[in-house]
Amino acid sequence: MQALLRLSRQGGSLRQIQSSGLSVAFARAYASHELTVRDALNSALDEELARDDSVFVLGEEVGEYQGAYKITRGLLQKYGAERIRDTPITEAGFTGIATGAAMAGLRPVCEFMTFNFAMQAIDQIINSAAKTLYMSAGTIPVPIVFRGPNGAAAGVAAQHSQCYGAWYSHVPGLKVIAPYDAEDARGLLKASIRDPDPVVFLENEILYGQAFPVDDKVLDKDFVLPIGKCKIQKEGTDITLVGFGRCVGHNLKAAAELEKAGISAEVINVRSLKPLDRDTIVNSVKKTHRVLALEEGWPQCGFCAEIIAVVNEECFDDLDAPPERVTGAEVPMPYAANLEAAALPTPADVVKVAKRMLGK
Amino acid sequence: MDFPGGKAMDAVFYDSQRQGRFSFYMTSGGEEATAVGTAAALQPEDVIFSQYREHGVLLHRGFTLQEFAHQCFGNKHEPGKGRQMPIHYGSKALNFHTVSAPLATQLPHAVGAAYALKLQGVKACTAAYFGEGAASEGDFHAAANFASTLGAPVLFICRNNGYAISTPATEQYKGDGIAGRGASYGMASTRVDGGDARAVYAATAEARQIAVAGGCPVLIEAMSYRSGHHSTSDDSSRYRTADEMRRWRARDPVERMQKWMTHQGWWDEEQEKELRQSSRKQVVEALQIAQKEDKPPLSCMFTDVYADLPWHLKEQQAEVADFVRRHPEMLPAGMPNDL
Ligand SMILES: Cc1ncc(C[n+]2csc(CCOP(=O)(O)OP(=O)(O)O)c2C)c(N)n1
Ligand SMILES: [Mg+2]
Repeated sequence: MQALLRLSRQGGSLRQIQSSGLSVAFARAYASHELTVRDALNSALDEELARDDSVFVLGEEVGEYQGAYKITRGLLQKYGAERIRDTPITEAGFTGIATGAAMAGLRPVCEFMTFNFAMQAIDQIINSAAKTLYMSAGTIPVPIVFRGPNGAAAGVAAQHSQCYGAWYSHVPGLKVIAPYDAEDARGLLKASIRDPDPVVFLENEILYGQAFPVDDKVLDKDFVLPIGKCKIQKEGTDITLVGFGRCVGHNLKAAAELEKAGISAEVINVRSLKPLDRDTIVNSVKKTHRVLALEEGWPQCGFCAEIIAVVNEECFDDLDAPPERVTGAEVPMPYAANLEAAALPTPADVVKVAKRMLGK
Repeated sequence: MDFPGGKAMDAVFYDSQRQGRFSFYMTSGGEEATAVGTAAALQPEDVIFSQYREHGVLLHRGFTLQEFAHQCFGNKHEPGKGRQMPIHYGSKALNFHTVSAPLATQLPHAVGAAYALKLQGVKACTAAYFGEGAASEGDFHAAANFASTLGAPVLFICRNNGYAISTPATEQYKGDGIAGRGASYGMASTRVDGGDARAVYAATAEARQIAVAGGCPVLIEAMSYRSGHHSTSDDSSRYRTADEMRRWRARDPVERMQKWMTHQGWWDEEQEKELRQSSRKQVVEALQIAQKEDKPPLSCMFTDVYADLPWHLKEQQAEVADFVRRHPEMLPAGMPNDL
């Protein structure tokens, strides 16, 4: 609140700030220039709801409860129950309803408590949302964002810990986003809501509370990032580390460790899984001549498999070592903390494989 | 026995989770009579498909406090080999299927299993427990229609505790609850006071008789109140009033049973106090023992994904074994290496 008041003295009256669609969380962040992923998502939703009346949010526990992970905090109070819609526990139902509302011209943001529960509704996402524009010969667009936490959290076992990155990025008609930091979360959620196509927006529970430094342009209410572009998160010359979401953080840690061994790693944040920005990946590999892909999901037909196929297709002759992947173990996620840890890839795994690829 | 044991377990396990000893817990306060009353009217050969708030059923079937504690710690004694979240209990010996986290998925399973019992000529039924919130899932409707058309001996036991996390039942549906839905699927249905163990028992005994003799489903809606928070991740004071909670606590099903028994002259304050203390002591001891036990061995990460270990998992397992041989310090404490 203090931060909000301080800001209000700089930038006009409190009323003006509220009516411009700035959330409390956002104002607090503005003052400190550090933003958690949670606040980034919350402020992005807030601003897009303010900007466009056709945007609305629906899902289980998004209103009174403020979201299972508090991503919709404060929105019910600000926009009312018609636009922040708590639903009965029927994923197939509210996903279908969101799809229908999008067909009729609204821009729903459909929250899943976790993407694991979107399994109940995957027919609506793939057979209806993704294919309707094509099947209607371009006459019925479905501008919708399906969002929520994806992949492994901590201690929630087999049925709550699955990564759907590879699943959705398989499907023509969908765009698939996986933000890593606060800048990604803000810029890409805003872009996704404004996008004319259905977007699957895969967040990560463990990253929600993590704060990242952001500069002024990220806080601008019209800050959007392009869908379909990778970001070079760290430049390097000896090996390219490719990943999305939480794995970008693992790769950055691994790169710092490799630096100590005299290895310069380039880290690519694939914040858009589909469309996939092949050029950025290929240009990097042409420079470093080595590629290691990382994901928490399972190996077969996975994200890493796709990255390696792209590299083989486009710059095989530039490679100095066979491309490698580090993935989650090919078993359902165990609950016991030690087995869970053993089933997930770590920065140390990346370091080990990268060193081997460089013969060190 | 099941009542004080269950209450003590809920209180102590809940606190242990808050202290960070394991990752998750859910209490069943306010609904004990639904679980125990139905369980008492079922036969051991009846197969249970639960949601997650029905540990009273397992207690009644003889799952020990120690076994509950082992499960929450995911240690080597736990029949689930540490693979499920806390409270996702299961016991093949006790005909109790492991909890399935995606809501209502257990309902079609229970219908399929009941149909199998019928084909096998077994004179038993399945019992499927679910909340009034889960009843909004499509699986509920599919299960109800299939149960009727297949003539499957299944008891649909709805715990209507008024809430699904923060969503009150009044926003979950606009019709007259869950019992009213049974008739439209051609199914005998009844509504019972879920806080009255004897009423729940009587309704379940009658329902079981109809289901097993007639080869058909029966729906029971037990009306009660979720006295505790939804789970250890929830703070329900944010969406319901203290007054509402107080009013319901005055109708606590366990106290109602205790008062009735005292009134009959079968029970007194002294016995109650003793039983509570000894139950609490047992639960605390069970937790201490469970926490000290080893975790399941390293091989458990690979077994049971398939009936036989396929070549690619054998390779991965060998890689892990080799890695642990070279870096024994990487093996987590308390995890036996059996590779
Ligand atoms: C398919 C699916 N969607 C959402 C959830 C998250 N969730 C877990 S419990 C719950 C509420 C269920 O309420 P109810 O069925 O009334 O049971 P109660 O908790 O009241 O016992 C929700 C929404 C889930 N586990 N599975
Ligand atoms: Mg309920």
